[in-house]
Amino acid sequence: MERKTPLYETHLKYHGKMSPFAGYLLPIQYKEGVIKEHNAVRNRAGIFDVSHMGEITCTGTEALKNLQWLLTNDFNGMTDGQARYSPMCSEDGMTIDDLIAYKRGENDYFIVVNASNKDKDFKWMQDHQKGDVQFCDCSDQTAMIALQGPKALGVLKKLTSDIPDKYYHAIFDTKAAGIPCMISRTGYTGEDGYELYMESTYASKMWEELLSAGEEDGLIPCGLGARDTLRLEAGMPLYGHEMSEKINPLEAGLGFAVEVKKDDFIGKDHLSDKKELTRKRVGLKVTGRGIIREDQDVFINDKKVGFTTSGTYLPYLGYPAAMAILDIGAAKKGTKVNVNVRGRNVEAEVVSLPFYSRKRRVLG
Amino acid sequence: MKVLKDLLYTKTHEWVKFEDETTALVGLTDYAQDSLGGIVFVNFPEEDDELISGEVFADVESVKAVSDVYSPLTGVVAEVNEELLDSPETINDEPYEAWFVKITDITDKQEFLSPEEYGAFVEKEQEE
Repeated sequence: MERKTPLYETHLKYHGKMSPFAGYLLPIQYKEGVIKEHNAVRNRAGIFDVSHMGEITCTGTEALKNLQWLLTNDFNGMTDGQARYSPMCSEDGMTIDDLIAYKRGENDYFIVVNASNKDKDFKWMQDHQKGDVQFCDCSDQTAMIALQGPKALGVLKKLTSDIPDKYYHAIFDTKAAGIPCMISRTGYTGEDGYELYMESTYASKMWEELLSAGEEDGLIPCGLGARDTLRLEAGMPLYGHEMSEKINPLEAGLGFAVEVKKDDFIGKDHLSDKKELTRKRVGLKVTGRGIIREDQDVFINDKKVGFTTSGTYLPYLGYPAAMAILDIGAAKKGTKVNVNVRGRNVEAEVVSLPFYSRKRRVLG
Repeated sequence: MKVLKDLLYTKTHEWVKFEDETTALVGLTDYAQDSLGGIVFVNFPEEDDELISGEVFADVESVKAVSDVYSPLTGVVAEVNEELLDSPETINDEPYEAWFVKITDITDKQEFLSPEEYGAFVEKEQEE
């Protein structure tokens, strides 16, 4: 039995095509469809219901010490309101989840995790915690709406002037449209944008406020389909695809968030030597005809060199592409490969990630 | 959702338009294109390929997923609508104009649904 987010009725009102995802009934798309929703976010703005995401607070005099032990990134030196991305690994260095931790204040952190991993993460944290620290799962009371796209700031300005001015920063205990919320400058689309956290009871009002504030800028509601194609086009990894309990963060290209110089952390022994990497995540651009999906084998001549982890047609760039985990020897940019797409060979080429970058586009 | 009166339909959402006893055009229905969403790629058979009624003869891909298309007829591919290879979105825009293949030498066919039967069939499927 799938659960409903606080926005379930709102999605029906806006003709969301509802489908089960991570234990919740969520809109895969609205009436505009994935391609139009995707391009609305690239060119204008879109809002997404991401209330299924998990939220866990970490408090206590040894909160920081516990984050340093549980997570691979270094959480020292953060200012209040700052956010940091990190994988969480098991002893063998494999990925349990990836998450974002916000520093709300001294000894007070707010952690956002993947919906499908929330219970596993919470248990892992409790099982491995040390000293004076409390983890608390507040997912059920918390709704989350992502506002993304080049017009996101303009839309949000209509509802509040209290807006975080730096990427990966948040303002807690603020209001937008008079609704108590937390606003962070984060997202999962490759565009500038914000994520708004609020108590579940306010979610539908916030949704309506954002929709009407964004109407003249062409903001539309977007489903999980566009969320997936946007993150893929922006080369962003998704747990269970590019990283998992069988793919470690270094292989997934997340070395920037594995801080081996800090004191001991879970998984460190297996993540310390980046030279030992035998395979890594790459982008594949289709040069032949066809669309590559996940879990398809990649070959050079007849030798298997890896497998794809996500793939689709990139709606903004207008060509099919995939991400794959390939043997180091096959992972060099420009390498020509074949992908077995349901028995058919589709030619592709290794390219650097991301496929799409807002900065590159702005620079022309 | 449109169901045209002069076509025959299958339960797997293909439409068939007979030009004569042994020649027909085949495409995908309005309901099918709407459920698939934006179609971005099609994979078709080639001219002279033999098709067998009830078996997969093509696939269409949206950004979300790939879907098989089943041949409503046993026969030979006389013509492929190559325009769709370059602009597969035509299937979304004009599903009943966007024929996939012309089949000749038809020797066998599925049991077809009339437009009324297909309309009722889809309505039932939507409810489920």
